[in-house]
Amino acid sequence: MAQMKLVEALNSALREEMERDERVFVLGEDVGLYGGIFGVTQGLYKQFGPERVIDTPISEAAIAGAAVGAAVTGMRPVAEIMFIDFITIAMDQLVNQAAKMCYMFGGNVSVPMVIRVPAGTGRSAAAQHSQSLEAWLMHIPGLKVVCPSTPYDAKGLLKSAIRDDNPVVFIENKITYNLSGEVPDEDYTIPIGKADIKREGQDVTLLATGNMVHYSLKAADELQQEGISCEVIDPRTLRPIDYETIINSVVKTSRLAIVQEACRTAGPGCEFAATVQERAFDYLDAPIIQIAGMDVPIPFNPKLEKTVVPSVEQIVREVKALF
Amino acid sequence: MSKKENLNQWFYETMLKIRLFEEKIIDVYARGLMPGLAHLYIGEEAVATGACATLEPSDYITSTHRGHGHCIAKGGDLNKMMAELFGKKTGYCRGKGGSMHIADTSIGILGANGVVGGGIPIATGAALSSKLRKSNQVTICFFGDAASNQGSFHESINFASVHKLPVIYVVENNQFGISVHQSRHQNIQDIADRAVAYGIEGKVIDGNDVLAVKDAVGQAVAKARSGEGPSIIECKTYRWRGHHEGDPNQGARYRDPKEIDDWKKKCPIARFEKYLKSEHGYTDETFKATRAKIQQLIEDAVEFARSSPEPDLEVALQDVYYEGGRN
Repeated sequence: MAQMKLVEALNSALREEMERDERVFVLGEDVGLYGGIFGVTQGLYKQFGPERVIDTPISEAAIAGAAVGAAVTGMRPVAEIMFIDFITIAMDQLVNQAAKMCYMFGGNVSVPMVIRVPAGTGRSAAAQHSQSLEAWLMHIPGLKVVCPSTPYDAKGLLKSAIRDDNPVVFIENKITYNLSGEVPDEDYTIPIGKADIKREGQDVTLLATGNMVHYSLKAADELQQEGISCEVIDPRTLRPIDYETIINSVVKTSRLAIVQEACRTAGPGCEFAATVQERAFDYLDAPIIQIAGMDVPIPFNPKLEKTVVPSVEQIVREVKALF
Repeated sequence: MSKKENLNQWFYETMLKIRLFEEKIIDVYARGLMPGLAHLYIGEEAVATGACATLEPSDYITSTHRGHGHCIAKGGDLNKMMAELFGKKTGYCRGKGGSMHIADTSIGILGANGVVGGGIPIATGAALSSKLRKSNQVTICFFGDAASNQGSFHESINFASVHKLPVIYVVENNQFGISVHQSRHQNIQDIADRAVAYGIEGKVIDGNDVLAVKDAVGQAVAKARSGEGPSIIECKTYRWRGHHEGDPNQGARYRDPKEIDDWKKKCPIARFEKYLKSEHGYTDETFKATRAKIQQLIEDAVEFARSSPEPDLEVALQDVYYEGGRN
């Protein structure tokens, strides 16, 4: 085991997959010489050269489409879209092309590609560089959507995403890049579609994604002091969703609080809440609550920015109100 | 007849296949045998035929919503195509794609496409892939005049130029973006002029002359294979039918029927027949015999499609994710 930052874990996943499989290559804006705007591709250009670590023009539709075309012709591209906000420009290629090809071509075409997208708040990057758009992507049959919260999960899931035969959107909560954690030295993968119980508890389930996993763990510590035992679940994959783990937890705890940075209306929490109440209604002792980002664009000022997304204090307060 | 055995005969048979396939669709569509939409290629046969004549089976094409001609010219199976148009189990996509989504990657057809300009980035990616694999394959990317106004056109061609990708962008300028004439959707006459903006070569040719298409695309293919990067070949042509078969009176709302008649006089097939007669001793008899042979293939395809079963309903839930391939 080595201590590693999440950004380093992603980097080592890319490096090892490129060493293992020559079909794997990286493309995107500033991923080569510069090493990626957040440093995820640092050193790959030097090791693998400009053909396998491709600096592209600032052309998100072409980046995504080039990945699609390469994927259907035998390669395994890993494209970086610099911020999830810019995936809007690549949506046709992702939603109408990559996600549909296997199905509409009768099951005869695979599209093994990964699109990595840094997302979320915390850097005063304002309204066009801070969004959490995972619900857009979760809505599309044919895509897989992955969102790790720890270095261990990030590395294992990125390897699985690269080895998957389907288009995978890999969401990296950018405020978690510098989080450290233990990562095995040997090759390992984490299956897509499997949630992880980050903390076991009895009284309430906190279902949290990305950086909100860490906020929820802190909130769970505080709530423990007050006698409330929280189970914290990270779904890790947002499509397909591991409902078995989530439902089992809710059956045990009888309460569910969903914690997400994405804004509330038609966000991921709406999907979680709807399905859990369908499948576990009789086990619930309180309404399912969503502790979510507010329905506003992300503001620039750091204090304003903090105000519109959930905080540890807010999680503690709202969970306490369930009892 | 294969390209290598007798190229002229292949040109003729391929253009006729496309024409008779499409004429048959007019009929089956009107009879309600075919659900959905049908965007027909009649009048533009020389473009797909001339362009695909320059390709090896392992080379790639991306196609459009008006894609039957491209698929036939690249070697698509008429039975599977027709069955797909009928939505049948035996179709290319098991009845899940229809007219706008025929693909056969085993012969390099990376898919027709329902989005105008949607195939341009994909073709660019296929070319990137063959460059990385050093496979010496090229990709022909077909699209129409209206697609040249999409961002995907500009983003992709710039990308391909910077990375010197082996791709040939073949513009089928049939003069209409659905109902809007080219003069009303862009302020240039020659789309090939846009090549200058990306530092690549652009050429304008008569898209109803199969030999001219083959020569121009062939040169661009040779250039692409030798690592000299992409080109734009603009083929001036015209669609005889409406945007799709539901477009009333072949587009009478937005064009003069006389214009259609004038272009019918420039029919690419009649023109090639004239050439075969004067230069290669073909006679009306040989044309008639070929036509009868191709007509039979089309009738067989319709019979195959008509008599094929509907897909099982559980097929609707399969293939959302890849399950290892079906064929």
